[in-house]
Amino acid sequence: MSLAARHLEEGGIPTVVFGCARDIVEHCGVPRFVFSDFPLGNPTGRPYDLDMQRQVLSLGLDLLVEATAPATTVVAPYEWNADHSWKDKIFSKEQPFLDSDATRKWLEDKERYRALKATGKI
Amino acid sequence: MPETSHVRYIDKTRAYYQAEGYGTPYEWAHFDHTPFTPFASVGKPLSRCRVGVVTTAEMARRDAEPGPEDPRRLVYSLPTDASVEELQSRKTGFDRHATTLDDVDSYLPLTHLHRFVAEGRVGGVAPRFQTIHFEYSQRKTLAVDAPEILKQMREDRVDVAVLTAI
Repeated sequence: MSLAARHLEEGGIPTVVFGCARDIVEHCGVPRFVFSDFPLGNPTGRPYDLDMQRQVLSLGLDLLVEATAPATTVVAPYEWNADHSWKDKIFSKEQPFLDSDATRKWLEDKERYRALKATGKI
Repeated sequence: MPETSHVRYIDKTRAYYQAEGYGTPYEWAHFDHTPFTPFASVGKPLSRCRVGVVTTAEMARRDAEPGPEDPRRLVYSLPTDASVEELQSRKTGFDRHATTLDDVDSYLPLTHLHRFVAEGRVGGVAPRFQTIHFEYSQRKTLAVDAPEILKQMREDRVDVAVLTAI
């Protein structure tokens, strides 16, 4: 996603990225970034909270217009929960990131991709 | 120690997949230089700009038969005039323990973009939005996916773009 934003920007289209993985996006470097300190999945606001979603999008539109330099991050002023334990549990043995079906599918997709690549079809 | 600041996904995923027995850690993309196109170069106010939208949310129509996935995982597009009730995400890589993808506007803000158009803050929304897959091959993203999105946005005369990462 960050690579796509960079490519659009190089093509003359100003971009704003919304995301929840601050370290990954900033490690890559994007022109404009709205960071929500939320679980992976809701970069534009809490589910069913229409007011918050509108505000988060609004922050991004302001940033599109007002940013004067690349790698500008704006932090959305919302907390997911007063209890931050979800941050400790993600990618832990206690809570595998993918369920078993999704893991199997991921491995199968990877093999199919490798096979296509080996035959030069990708 | 509970974390009091943002999650360090690069460190966490490295430790997680090493413990799972995977070999060489994934190298996240990193650049010293970040491109920048000032908004002023668009040459008109946001109220006359057409906004393009890209997401990693693997969107699909709710009524579509879940066919076999294209192993090439190419960029694809869907119309932005579909209501969010007609759409769903097929993404499995999200924090399923902490949240859901049941509300499309929490990761693909089409309802709110259309409202901003109706209110005159934004000129318009591109007729289609793009889904891009997360790829382990950065080369594929750079050589195939990103150019395809730029091509579609130019065809759609997009002025500015909103990208949402799950």
